[in-house]
Amino acid sequence: MFSNILIWFVVIPLLMLAGLALCRDIKQIRAVAVAGSTALVALSVKLLVDYLALRAAGATAPMLFTDSWVWFAPLHINLAVGVDGISVAMILLSSIIVFAGSFASWTIPQPKAFFLWLILLSTGVFGFFISIDLFTMFMFYEVALIPMYLLIGVWGSGRKEYSAMKLTLMLMGGSAFLMLGLIGIYYHSAPAGQPLTWNILEIVRNGAISHDWQCFLFPMTFVGFGVLGAMFPFHTWSPDGHASAPTAVSMLHAGVLMKLGGYGCFRVAIYLMPQAANELAWIFLILTGISVVYGAFSACVQTDLKYINAYSSVSHCGLVLFAILMLNTTAMTGAIMQMLSHGLMTALFFALIGMIYGRTHTRDITKMGGLMRIMPYLSVCYVIAGMASLGLPGLSGFVAEMTIFVGSFQHADMFHRVFTIVACCSIVITAVYILRVVGKLLFGPVQDPHHLELTDATWWERFSTVTLIVCVAAIGCFPNFFNNLIRFTFSPDIFAVIGMN
Amino acid sequence: MDATLPILILAIPLGMFFVLGLAGVKMSHRLAGILGCLGMGTTLVLAYTTAFTYFFSGSPEFVDAAGNRLQALIFDQTWLAFTDKLVIRIGFLLDPISAMMLVVITTISFMVHLYSMGYMRDHHGVWERGFQRFYAFLSLFSFSMLGLVVATNIFQMYIFWELVGASSYLLIGFYFIKPSAVSASKKAFIVTRFADLGFLIGILILSFYTGTFNFTELTSAPVEGLAGVFSVSETTAESVRSIFRSSAAPVFLGGSVLTWALVLIFMGGMGKSALLPLHIWLPDAMEGPTPVSALIHAATMVVAGVYLVARLFPLYLMEVTALEIVTWVGAITALYAAIVACTQIDIKRVLAFSTISQIAFMVVSLGVARPEVHEGLGYMASMFHLFTHAMFKALLFLGAGALIHAIGSNDYTAMHGLRKYMPVTHWTFLIGCLAIAGIIPFSGFFSKDEILSSCLGNSTLVYIWMSAVAGLTAFYMFRLYYLIFWWKEHKVHEGHHAPHDQPWTMTLPLVILAAVSCVAGFIPFGNFVTWNGAPYDFMAHFDWSVAAVSLCVALAAIGLATVMYRKENPLPEKFRAAMPALWTWAHHRFYWDELYMFITHRIIFNGICRPIAWFDRHIIDGTMDAFATVTNKASQAIKPLQSGQVQLYVWWYLLGALALGGITMLCLL
Repeated sequence: MFSNILIWFVVIPLLMLAGLALCRDIKQIRAVAVAGSTALVALSVKLLVDYLALRAAGATAPMLFTDSWVWFAPLHINLAVGVDGISVAMILLSSIIVFAGSFASWTIPQPKAFFLWLILLSTGVFGFFISIDLFTMFMFYEVALIPMYLLIGVWGSGRKEYSAMKLTLMLMGGSAFLMLGLIGIYYHSAPAGQPLTWNILEIVRNGAISHDWQCFLFPMTFVGFGVLGAMFPFHTWSPDGHASAPTAVSMLHAGVLMKLGGYGCFRVAIYLMPQAANELAWIFLILTGISVVYGAFSACVQTDLKYINAYSSVSHCGLVLFAILMLNTTAMTGAIMQMLSHGLMTALFFALIGMIYGRTHTRDITKMGGLMRIMPYLSVCYVIAGMASLGLPGLSGFVAEMTIFVGSFQHADMFHRVFTIVACCSIVITAVYILRVVGKLLFGPVQDPHHLELTDATWWERFSTVTLIVCVAAIGCFPNFFNNLIRFTFSPDIFAVIGMN
Repeated sequence: MDATLPILILAIPLGMFFVLGLAGVKMSHRLAGILGCLGMGTTLVLAYTTAFTYFFSGSPEFVDAAGNRLQALIFDQTWLAFTDKLVIRIGFLLDPISAMMLVVITTISFMVHLYSMGYMRDHHGVWERGFQRFYAFLSLFSFSMLGLVVATNIFQMYIFWELVGASSYLLIGFYFIKPSAVSASKKAFIVTRFADLGFLIGILILSFYTGTFNFTELTSAPVEGLAGVFSVSETTAESVRSIFRSSAAPVFLGGSVLTWALVLIFMGGMGKSALLPLHIWLPDAMEGPTPVSALIHAATMVVAGVYLVARLFPLYLMEVTALEIVTWVGAITALYAAIVACTQIDIKRVLAFSTISQIAFMVVSLGVARPEVHEGLGYMASMFHLFTHAMFKALLFLGAGALIHAIGSNDYTAMHGLRKYMPVTHWTFLIGCLAIAGIIPFSGFFSKDEILSSCLGNSTLVYIWMSAVAGLTAFYMFRLYYLIFWWKEHKVHEGHHAPHDQPWTMTLPLVILAAVSCVAGFIPFGNFVTWNGAPYDFMAHFDWSVAAVSLCVALAAIGLATVMYRKENPLPEKFRAAMPALWTWAHHRFYWDELYMFITHRIIFNGICRPIAWFDRHIIDGTMDAFATVTNKASQAIKPLQSGQVQLYVWWYLLGALALGGITMLCLL
């Protein structure tokens, strides 16, 4: 069992949990967190290298490193694992954000409990990305959601109990749909007379879900995952949740957890129900198209840094789902690039906001100003994050957005092209709210004389931000590497729906 | 041609940006400045070598047997492959206009690098704060601009287009403590971003139908027997048009889809080149340090829109409607900006409006260019004017910078009569004014004359219109000149230093640019830059009557300016009183800014953003909260049922049993 590299992505966090339980002081906790997250980064890099080597050697299976261990035979529940380029990219993203997040929570109060929950959350995230069995996938999904309640409720700020409750309940509501959908899929996973299965690859191979059932199950699963992907109108947990969450949790949540939504949408909803996806995509396309523009407009008037970013996430994650629903290779590749890009730059944003908030004790942009003079390092990082967000070439946002726009515009249908133009408008609105924040927060005269005594970033803060910036720039400068990594999965051979239009 | 030189031309400024940006704080100011100048100087040498090789080596990849200049793909690397055909490449396309732009950009950039060594210090030799950052951004800008002009495909152009926008943003907002600089930089970015949206949509439409981003596939055809060598071809443009004509491409609002795509792409150019109605950012951009205004907002970045149209010119030729739009946008902008320039007080703003007006000249010239009119003279004239304008406008801006540096104010009211104190600045500024006014033998005369000839060949109305604008140009430039250097005598206050000329680092660029402005007109531009690469002798197309008329108009305008502004006199006041409405409107730039403020703040911000944010918090989120509240209320309401009192439970039990029994009885009966 342990010869499979994938299982280690769950084992390492579990070992970290055990290690944390034994820790006595903050130094030991930090040591465990840093050692563990470094190991995860190293492991995901190794996974990437191994994966590319296998593909270069000519492996053509949709998923590599597949393995399956029986868990509960009567219901055909297995722990089945396997990855393709997209999962590899997502695992890499998660490990980098966990790594950066550990440094960003260097001085958190009650560190032991905090890290315990945080690592449990990441166990769920990694487990989700390596699973190809719907049941275990769902289990890991829930494991990732529950700790969020405590992390926000205990370590948060502002209306934290309210936000934690709201976030958890809304996501649980989504899970209810999802569970219904998954059970439905299970009962139609095989032709009559054959054993049922939860395994995604087998379900696709069987192709036994009838058209009518697809039309019922597709919306169920899409909405279920879509809630986590901040799809309009189920996005309102995001502003409150992010605003109340502590730094590392916001980073992980916006950076990785929201990606679970987008990932689930294409891996489960679209992959397993291609005909329904092809017929019903337009409904969700309208909703996500609204998300993109609506989130951006809402961000323009917010004054709380975290609200601005949360609405910006609604807009950017809306673009992810929007592109997934275009159902062609380029746009879907763009969606995954956008997930990576958004994950990294939002994590960077939330890290910086946390660092600024830790110093000024306010997130209200009308009460701050001229921070460039006071904390130049953090301010420059903020400008870089902003530039990535508004799509400056050379940083990740540009390549992701352009892949999406070009891909979506290749759609043969006029309706889709017109909607692409609507989505394109977001690049202007994004520039407006980013520059508004940058102008008010960083430039101009210093608003509050007390801020003059504040200090710039510490070494662990620098480390955390530099890691993220390097990754953002790497995607922005060498996009074709990631493009090729992702695009393999979105071929008509593997994704039946792409061949349909 | 070996790709080493071209790669270095791009790599050196980029490398310099990283060196100065990351390690700049650790360096002394002087070292950072010298490094920046050295880097740009090397790039200048390399760019000159490349351009020289292109124009004069006669190598078969650059010029064919008939003497036609060709397009050479020096390198073309895949950067991001969207589909098999739609690929963004980063490459280096050497052709007449890109070679010319290499020369223009590196020359002006180097002059500005040198000049800033003096400009960015005060009179006591104290360096400006953030000096290293300034040089880093200048390098970033130079890199982006060079990448833009050598683009091999429209998407590479878009990438660098965005990068120049960002460097412009950073440099306009260089004095980030000043709120005016911050809002000016924001405005510049957002306005150009809005224009770029049009550009992007244009690219999407164009690439959707043609299936390519490459200029070489849109406007040129490969030359047989030579890999990576192309020549501009009308046949290719024709076939692109036929794709639009033959396919199911719909007609939208009366224009063909190709027209729309070209107009949308031109919209990107209107933003960058500050054409009406997207010009509002350029006057505000003068908040940046003056050398930046000379480099970005006079000589290089703002001509990107002209360059874009020139690059796609064969396609524009296919859709004359698009060219008509280009012409009239240019013509209206030229007149508008010239009128406004006559009433401004801030000398940099006068120059800014003058820039808008002159760029509009280039745009008009492209708009009226037709192969049948003087063999496409307008195209050549546009590029020629771009070249000469870059030199004399940079000269004027650097001169203005010297004045501002000496006086410490941007307003001519603080200057007056400076000719005795700053002789070098005075003479070089005068040369710049003569050049822009179009006085023989200065460079502006030749380029402007060709533009006017070209206009005449296309439409008399445009010709008369543009001649009038040329007259206004001479007038407002000499108004500015007299108000700075003549008017009333300047009194040096006790205890103040008299204003004086600047250190050599600032003087040298002025002198060099003045010299270039004197002689550049004699460059036989027709031999180098034409729309299809075929050289011709432009003296053969030289229209002496047009030249004579424009010279007379310019001299008359200068005469008028002399009468009004050489000495203090009441004439200007009388003029102003004679047409108060026009003066006020012109002084307030015809209230464009107010209009934009109204649209963005009142309509978009208060009318769209706020309601949406309210809707989100109160309606969408309110609904979600309502679910929670209803659940809560409902459970509160039924809570008394679970009171824990056995008597009550028994009562409910009995009632239930009776009810069930009753229902059963009823059913049975």
